[in-house]
Amino acid sequence: MVHVSATPVLALRGVSKRFGAVQALTDVELEVHAGEVVALVGDNGAGKSTLVKTIAGVHPIDEGVIEWDGKPVSINKPHDAQGLGVATVYQDLALCDNLDVVGNLYLGRELLRRGIIDEVSMEQKARELLSTLSIRIPSVRIPIASLSGGQRQVVAIARALIGDPKVVILDEPTAALGVEQTAQVLDLVERLRERNLGVILISHNMADVKAVADTVAVLRLGRNNGSFSVKDTSQEEIISAITGATDNAVTRRAGRRSTEAAK
Amino acid sequence: MSDTSKVSKADAASEGQATVAPADDPTAASIAVVDPRLLVREEGLKGYWTEFTRKVKGGELGSLPVVIGLIIIWTIFQLQNDRFLSADNLSNISYYLSATGMLAIGLVFVLLLGEIDLSVGSVSGLASTLFAVYVVEHGMNAWLALLLAVITGIAVGALQGWFFAKIGVPAFVVTLAGFLGWNGLMLWLLGSSGTINIPSDSGPVHLLGQNSFFMDQAIIGAYLLAGLGVVLTLVGNFGEQRRRKAAGVPFRPTGEILVRVGALAVASFLTAAVLNDAAGVSNALVIFLAALVIVDFVLRRTTYGRKVFAVGGGIEAARRAGINVPIIRITVFAISGGFAAIGGMFFAGQTASATLSAGGGNTLMLAIAAAVIGGTSLFGGRGSVWSALLGMLVIQSIQTGLDLLNMNQSIQYMITGGVLLGAVVIDSVSRKSQKAAGRG
Repeated sequence: MVHVSATPVLALRGVSKRFGAVQALTDVELEVHAGEVVALVGDNGAGKSTLVKTIAGVHPIDEGVIEWDGKPVSINKPHDAQGLGVATVYQDLALCDNLDVVGNLYLGRELLRRGIIDEVSMEQKARELLSTLSIRIPSVRIPIASLSGGQRQVVAIARALIGDPKVVILDEPTAALGVEQTAQVLDLVERLRERNLGVILISHNMADVKAVADTVAVLRLGRNNGSFSVKDTSQEEIISAITGATDNAVTRRAGRRSTEAAK
Repeated sequence: MSDTSKVSKADAASEGQATVAPADDPTAASIAVVDPRLLVREEGLKGYWTEFTRKVKGGELGSLPVVIGLIIIWTIFQLQNDRFLSADNLSNISYYLSATGMLAIGLVFVLLLGEIDLSVGSVSGLASTLFAVYVVEHGMNAWLALLLAVITGIAVGALQGWFFAKIGVPAFVVTLAGFLGWNGLMLWLLGSSGTINIPSDSGPVHLLGQNSFFMDQAIIGAYLLAGLGVVLTLVGNFGEQRRRKAAGVPFRPTGEILVRVGALAVASFLTAAVLNDAAGVSNALVIFLAALVIVDFVLRRTTYGRKVFAVGGGIEAARRAGINVPIIRITVFAISGGFAAIGGMFFAGQTASATLSAGGGNTLMLAIAAAVIGGTSLFGGRGSVWSALLGMLVIQSIQTGLDLLNMNQSIQYMITGGVLLGAVVIDSVSRKSQKAAGRG
């Protein structure tokens, strides 16, 4: 359940982003609390990926404020985001197929002992991390190429946790997975929440969203189109917010009629 | 000689030691329920056999093709000419393999990135010519000349790497241009004279010559080297076992270590005995082996080596992990150029001269063939520097064998070409079956 802290760990206030003539984001608001899973949903082109990339530092924002623990911060490059404690797991995972699980977990931040890679400590810590997350893989010394899609996804998520982040962004973590593997990843998302991390989950799958998210933030055409508490909201309401069914000529006409009738 | 796993795997399998953690392993308790998907080797002999067949079916052939190939080659040549397996001939093989082997070491780095360096032969020829020009025409100190020649090789490699990494020209084309260009520069430097003879008593040339032996042919020298290799491997293995036990992660059981080290000991002391029977261990071979040990350490135990493997395994993943991909590419080509230049010094040592044909002919192809035959993949990310040694054993055995049989150069080229093709086919096929087994 939601154990939200008073101050959101990450908050976006009136964020806008333009690419040339295209207004990708307009006045977007988003709050993520520690120990909360926020699902970010929206149709294709709604601005989900752009929003995530502004948080991850890939695209600096044009207008608005990003707050971290209540204080405004500027995120201009991926390094800034990592420094704050934002870890992003992109859809294409970006793991090295030829390296083993330990090698991938620690890629770019290997533990050293007298200047030499400390395989023993890395393996020990990797096993600890994987077992606290209840991740089951054949062996931590197996090349990534031998793992299934779901196992790769959980390794990629575990890798994001090595740097001790406070907010983890997952870009469509279940998109290419089977039923069993999806369940595995969703279990892991819940465990991230138990570790009191803020999680932003991008997903197209309403079942996944209903299963693990606490809050659903809907984007439509680069704007906020409602934020819902998952337990009080039906799937239909979320979908109509995504598709804009609640905001079209027909519903506006119906709305006008009913208000006129009320008069 | 820190990695014995490849050579001794088959030996280990026949002895049958379990890798399953013993009962006193602290991790055994925490993972009480063994997941059926976990890879746990079964107890005893059968466990090793099932793991071995699983790996072969999955396309992880390791050194298997080389060992089989070497046995076949040695058998054929021995049947044709009974001097082939004589101590003198084996000693010859061990001396001549070190020069091209040096080029192969540099190529392993490039192949690990999934690229190719076609210029190593020309660069080696250029380096030997530069060395001869410095020493003979300018009267420079031989060691200083060697240093300058190697630095030139590194600079040449870095330049080619820069064109590849920063401009984006395919490495194949850049190094093909280098193959022609550096060879041209060498011919221009040699000028009309064609050959520069280097006094064979000048430091490095004498050291790398065929009559220079470790510890001046002292019988003890070869055994000292073999013993050193075995003891260091033993100490390293048990040190690792102790640390792993302390950290509570799976470790190699004592029996398996003893079998592996035993196999290494048999191989190295046998080699030492054979070489002693001939004349001793050539210094060229000693330097080649030392280079292998150092490079193996760099590739497996340092962050630089890890970055090379990462770039070879996935550029995007490497970039996201904060690895500076262009720098890795440039340094790898610089290393390749540097080893090519060192190889050139070895060639100069062999003939005590710089000639028009230095680094030409099939030198480049032999070096590439050695690295690939030894088990380093052309597709990047997979391989070990020991493949330079294993591959050169095969290549040099063929060369020396054909020489013994007085085969024509034409036949030699055709056979070597066929062997290279065979090695690449094995690499490609094993890659396919790795994909099929979910290991691609």
